[in-house]
Amino acid sequence: MSNGLVTMAYIAASILFILSLSGLSKQDTARRGNYYGMTGMAIAIVATVFGGSVTAYVILTIALLIGGFIGTKAAAKVEMTQMPELVALMHSLVGMAAVLVGYANAMDHSNSLVGAEKTIHEVETYIGIFIGAVTFSGSVIAFGKLCGRISGKPILLPARHWLNLAMLVVTVILGGSFLSAAESGGGMLPLAIMTVIALVFGVHMVMAIGGADMPVVVSMLNSYSGWAAAATGFMLSNDLLIVTGALVGSSGAILSYIMCRAMNRHFLSVIAGGFGSAGGEAAEVVGDVQPIEVEETAQLLLDAKDIVIIPGYGMAVAQAQHTVNEITKLLTGRGKKVRFAIHPVAGRMPGHMNVLLAEAKVPYDIVFEMDEINEDFPHVDVSIVIGANDIVNPSALDDPNSPIAGMPVLECWKGAATIVLKRSMASGYAGVGNPLFVHDNTRMLFGDANDKLQGLLKALQG
Amino acid sequence: MKIGVPKEVHDGEKRVATTPEAAEKIIKLGFEVLVESGAGDNANISDDAYRAAGLQVVASAQELWQQSDIVMKVRAPEFHPQLALDEADLLREGQQLISFIWPAQNEALMQKLATKKVSVLAMDSVPRMSRAQKMDALSSMANIAGYRAIVEAAQHFGRFFTGQITAAGKIPPAKVLVIGAGVAGLAAIGAAKGMGAIVRAFDTRPEVKEQIESMDAEFLMLDFQEDGSGTGGYAKTMSKEFIEAEMALFAQQAKEVDIIVTTALIPGKPAPELITAEMVASMKPGSVIVDLAAEQGGNCALTEKNQVVVKHDVTIIGYTNLPSRLANQSSQLYATNLRHLLTDLTPGKDGNTVINMEDEVIRGATVIKEGNITWPPPPPKLSAAPKQAAASEAAAAVETKSLIPEPIKQWLPIALAALVFFAVGATAPTSFLSHFTVFVLACFVGYQVIWNVSPSLHTPLMSVTNAISGIIVIGALVQVSSPDSIIGILSAVAILIASINIAGGFLVTRRMLEMFRK
Repeated sequence: MSNGLVTMAYIAASILFILSLSGLSKQDTARRGNYYGMTGMAIAIVATVFGGSVTAYVILTIALLIGGFIGTKAAAKVEMTQMPELVALMHSLVGMAAVLVGYANAMDHSNSLVGAEKTIHEVETYIGIFIGAVTFSGSVIAFGKLCGRISGKPILLPARHWLNLAMLVVTVILGGSFLSAAESGGGMLPLAIMTVIALVFGVHMVMAIGGADMPVVVSMLNSYSGWAAAATGFMLSNDLLIVTGALVGSSGAILSYIMCRAMNRHFLSVIAGGFGSAGGEAAEVVGDVQPIEVEETAQLLLDAKDIVIIPGYGMAVAQAQHTVNEITKLLTGRGKKVRFAIHPVAGRMPGHMNVLLAEAKVPYDIVFEMDEINEDFPHVDVSIVIGANDIVNPSALDDPNSPIAGMPVLECWKGAATIVLKRSMASGYAGVGNPLFVHDNTRMLFGDANDKLQGLLKALQG
Repeated sequence: MKIGVPKEVHDGEKRVATTPEAAEKIIKLGFEVLVESGAGDNANISDDAYRAAGLQVVASAQELWQQSDIVMKVRAPEFHPQLALDEADLLREGQQLISFIWPAQNEALMQKLATKKVSVLAMDSVPRMSRAQKMDALSSMANIAGYRAIVEAAQHFGRFFTGQITAAGKIPPAKVLVIGAGVAGLAAIGAAKGMGAIVRAFDTRPEVKEQIESMDAEFLMLDFQEDGSGTGGYAKTMSKEFIEAEMALFAQQAKEVDIIVTTALIPGKPAPELITAEMVASMKPGSVIVDLAAEQGGNCALTEKNQVVVKHDVTIIGYTNLPSRLANQSSQLYATNLRHLLTDLTPGKDGNTVINMEDEVIRGATVIKEGNITWPPPPPKLSAAPKQAAASEAAAAVETKSLIPEPIKQWLPIALAALVFFAVGATAPTSFLSHFTVFVLACFVGYQVIWNVSPSLHTPLMSVTNAISGIIVIGALVQVSSPDSIIGILSAVAILIASINIAGGFLVTRRMLEMFRK
């Protein structure tokens, strides 16, 4: 295949990737978007393989087949609750690949660049490996935190900002020595040291971030994996990699921004780690909780017309989404308006809750985003909060000293009644007391969410 | 311990202090519950219903008072017409009495009860704080009174509440003015709204504006700055200028509205006169005024206590026993309030009450302890208002604290971007610049495209971007054929892991998207 054809194929692949992402703007076109992406990827790989510069077909085919097989297995087996873990793992793979490609490139001295172009090329290689290594180790730690193998608590080393700064400074100095060494074809040692520093940097950065900020971390690493691909593209002078990397990088950046806004956290302060640095003493929650039993809850629901279900990650943990769907079907069958209200950070990654509900066959047209439903709450008869806490905390709005002050929340307390399903009276990820639980209109249904919902389903049927 | 519930003796009193549902739960606390035969008759609760719930029905009042350790009533003790003696005389030393008492108005009764060496908990003295809301009988009775006020008004009003357009012509909706948006006022607003009327409400406390508006009623504003919030959720007396402005507003409203419900009370004082005789005269014929303050003298000049009168063609309702006119409902709520109080009084759930004077709620409710008058209680420590003020101050302080002035904040990113562009353009070779162009444009395309992605598809978006960032496989593909075997191996490994991403990413996205169904 001629160079021109390969370039054309790359342009076609870029366009297909853009179409793939824009396809995801609506449910109706999302599936088509995914197929566009697959086609684009196939075109890009075929064009590269038959582009003329490739001869090692055997190794290549074996590697592609093994990788493809593992990927297919993983995609078929993964539980929807484990999506964040899978995504984090995949980020680490991209980072790893970027590091490997970078090293391969740095060892390859066959290119004939000179002067400024050569320097730029070395800088690109260096940066590519750095971003790749940070993405890799950061994602591995994020994976560990998400599946609970590493504690979700932020680990804050003393003087951690200075530590980060020192690591960056050393990286820059090493970059200088790498450049001068690369002139004469060497430079592997500074590159290796820098890689180790980048790995430590990634670990340290994600370790310092608390469990509540995980959605931000996952989106941020998504963004990094894109930038790593883009840097590789610069290194190889490959526009397709640059375009794709930039698309993925900006996608992750926007998602991180959306997540930060949903928690009213500044992006930099999330990255800097730690939680609860807000000044002042948060007002203490005073009052008694009013417990309720399953039968009474069923009665309340049967008397209601407009019902909103607010799921949190606790619902997924209790595997209650299928029972929720049964209850939803039953109530809808009795002519009640049942809707779901999703807070942007309700799951452990952006849009996670929507996927969990979709898996339980909840139709997506009764699932609403926070901004779409928040002003309807004064007309809602019963809201059911399942395994959520911080996202329905009124003190975010009325207590400026609360650690989550200013975070937009689902204002379910404005409705006629709220039922909160909760295992016990523990506070949420943010460790903040929740005045909703002692609100006049709130009734607490204590116990395992799935057991209670099963009971509720029976009571509604009976 | 044994709890006794006698039949109420006050004329026209139909409520009863416990219901089978509430008593069942009280029995679970370890008590035995006795009820006088016929006590629930007027509230449509039969002796059999009590028996079914496990209560013991006692034939005579005298027997009941004798057997009980705790007597629960609605009204304060008064002269018993059948027994021809005062109920207070039926009490014996060490007994406990829980009922409405109104200690401020009933000094003689308080003295009498004290000499009996009993303990008395007054339901009207339960402090108004959030923890005690579930035993706040004043609120639950006020709620009923507010609802019933609208029902009474509808009874005497000659038209529909709701507006309709029928074949026989258009019916305008009734206009209702509610003065005082406390518990009763809000209940009246809700009931009137529910019947389809146009509701306006007035209150001297500005903080209730939001509550009124949340019920779809119109909050009448006075063009006058003065906060009428007193302690304990009640209003205080306002300045003379304020009252003048208020009266002007009422005079104007009286001409417009069909129904006025007044609920204005100031604790320990006669009710303020808000509706003058002239205002009544200015109302449309057939209009109705329900005066919920009739007990304390009435908010309307022409109100007659416990009577319905028609003056200037306007019906003025001065009933003081509105909760009793909804006896079953009021009994249920009152019984539940009592049950909550008993729950707090019985920490051991062993059927033995402990009057713990350290507990702020119990301290407030206890007006006589073992013959000693403990009323009035020390002022409550908790009040929401000052805390809120402190909070808003803090908010103001946070807002003013910004290090960088606004214009610089706005222009800083643009200036930085310009600087970066300049630096890159001045130093980089052209081959780099062409790639840089592609990169910047791609970032912008990405930015535009991603903002359009529906939030519900953010997880599929991530997995799809995961898959397409597997494009890094291309970097490995072009290097895998290198004669250097280390480069070849590195590239092969990179191809392997990138293809995990590609296959895994696209397939898991497809799996997820298949799940999304309408």
